[in-house]
Amino acid sequence: MNEKYLEIRNITKVFQTPEGGEVRALDDVSLDIASGEFFILLGPSGCGKTTLLRSIAGLEYPDSGEIVLQGERIDDKPPYERPVNTVFQSYALFPHMTVSANIAFGLEMENVDKAQVSARVTEALAQVRLEGYENRMPSQLSGGQQQRVALARALAKKPKVLLLDEPLSALDLKLRRGMQVELKRLQRETGITFVFVTHDQEEAMSMGDRIAVFSEGKIVQLDTPVEVYRRPVNAYVADFIGETNLIKGTVVAGGISLPGGNILPTDQLAADSVIPASGEVTVAIRPEDLVLATNGMISGTVRDVIFTGDSVRVHVAVGDVEVIASLASYGTQIPEQGSKVTLNPEHRAARTVAS
Amino acid sequence: MTAVTTPPKKQAQRGRPGQSSPKLAYLPIIFLAFAIGIPLLIIVVYSFLEKPSQGTGVKWVFTLENYKALFIQEKLDGTTALDTRYIKVLWTSFYYSVVTTVVTLVLSVPVAMWIATRDAKKRNLLVALVTLPFWISILIRTYGMRQIVADEGPIGKFLGIFNIEWSILYAPPATILGLIYVFLPFMILPIYASAERFDFRLAEAAYDLGAKRMTVVRRIILPSIRPGVISGIALVFIPALGSFLQSDMLGGGKTNMVANVIANNFGQARNWPFGSALAVLLIVLTLLFVLIMQGAAQRRGEKVELV
Repeated sequence: MNEKYLEIRNITKVFQTPEGGEVRALDDVSLDIASGEFFILLGPSGCGKTTLLRSIAGLEYPDSGEIVLQGERIDDKPPYERPVNTVFQSYALFPHMTVSANIAFGLEMENVDKAQVSARVTEALAQVRLEGYENRMPSQLSGGQQQRVALARALAKKPKVLLLDEPLSALDLKLRRGMQVELKRLQRETGITFVFVTHDQEEAMSMGDRIAVFSEGKIVQLDTPVEVYRRPVNAYVADFIGETNLIKGTVVAGGISLPGGNILPTDQLAADSVIPASGEVTVAIRPEDLVLATNGMISGTVRDVIFTGDSVRVHVAVGDVEVIASLASYGTQIPEQGSKVTLNPEHRAARTVAS
Repeated sequence: MTAVTTPPKKQAQRGRPGQSSPKLAYLPIIFLAFAIGIPLLIIVVYSFLEKPSQGTGVKWVFTLENYKALFIQEKLDGTTALDTRYIKVLWTSFYYSVVTTVVTLVLSVPVAMWIATRDAKKRNLLVALVTLPFWISILIRTYGMRQIVADEGPIGKFLGIFNIEWSILYAPPATILGLIYVFLPFMILPIYASAERFDFRLAEAAYDLGAKRMTVVRRIILPSIRPGVISGIALVFIPALGSFLQSDMLGGGKTNMVANVIANNFGQARNWPFGSALAVLLIVLTLLFVLIMQGAAQRRGEKVELV
């Protein structure tokens, strides 16, 4: 596996706003994507992830920096000369062409001979399980089917990198979950390097081999889903990936003083937590890492109890902050609203994070 | 004791919101039926009647002579020969209309695409500018055109500086120029309407799939604005075929189009039956053209958008 299959080197892109201001969509971004990797660009809207994807595709030209694919610079090439293809958020199927004409379009641009085109169209349709839809028009397809055609159209080109721009965001939850599994399978079977843009952290974690978390044009953290979830580098990542209680506290002898007079001992924090000698720190605790205890470290008053089926979410007022604990819905004594409870962080999963 | 029951009041027969009563449509439909149908009927009937020996009007005697006279000439010695004069006039009209349609089409596609890619505020302004000529009477505009293209007009004077001779007024180029000028907005607007709906992300997708600029235009953009192009062709070609003013005022009567000949027969020549026959021929040819256009559009499974 080539660790430096696709290299993004110091890419910067500045957009002018209509008001005359400047937006740094990408601010000196560098990253390496390995061959055959399912790579996720994750972040809220406007963080620069889509600009990076479009820069790789050639639909956007960065102000500075280089994009190198297999050791060859591609950032100065027009989109039609780059061996990468995109699945667009809007699908962008050609409405005046049938499904097979849509898929064949990209192959005709390469002057693939006719028999070969038809074979590859059939193959691509089989890959996305849309056999028999060759002669339909895009308007006759459901959103999910259009999505598959868009995927087939890009896959038929056998790109060196497949770029996916929030392709699942228009689908409903059930369909989306199904497609996530299918995309992952497709990626494994074809061995094509996927670069997938999403703002959905759950989607990112369930599919990605690695995730680059973006914020304001910069990569904040780049790691595997487990690492990003378990070891967020700062409060922004901790909050953006999954759900986290971020509690501000002060360093005291042997622990951290939390609101409501609670002390969290240092030996309960993750071993690699960075704890300054004094001053303020932010403690991140995932709701599922908190359990009810008879004589726990964090005491507070139950404000709300919400039953969600697979779990019970208990909102606890701890001093002047609210802490959420997600408890298993079976085998747990569910506290009543207004009662006093104490919580313990488990597995030493609580950690300090840079704010 | 008998209970007095009053039947429930009949609900006022009101249409659902957004539905207007068909009665409102009756008057304009009747008006149009009369204003189009009766003159058409008169023309058709007149075309089969004889011309009176004196004065205008018709003599109520059935004849096919008028149609024969469109193509066949009777010589003084009694022999007949093919008369190409009216075929030539029809050909001239057809030729002018084709040139007008092609030129307006070539000019309109880039203009429409350009307007469609501006932001919403600019778009509205530009569309308003395209429709600006409609605010002024076509007669005045054609007079204006005459001043501009006249030998001693601004163009002529400018070219005179370089000793280039400029003389197109009262000749076919002036007629065609007048037609292009008048019909250009009718080509731009429907194409713009189609172009405005074009999703430019499709062009990006085509680039991404390996298409170069011209391929994107040919295979993605042009097919998408086809309905607008077809509407534009119909809206320009059909009225251009029946145009009268431009050849009269700019062509100087030397370059007659079929409508001028028809007008002349109802006027100075005082031959209403023959004018009617020529008008019927024009209507038939126009209908034929519309049918061909519609057929071409339907084969592609598209709706023809007339406006």
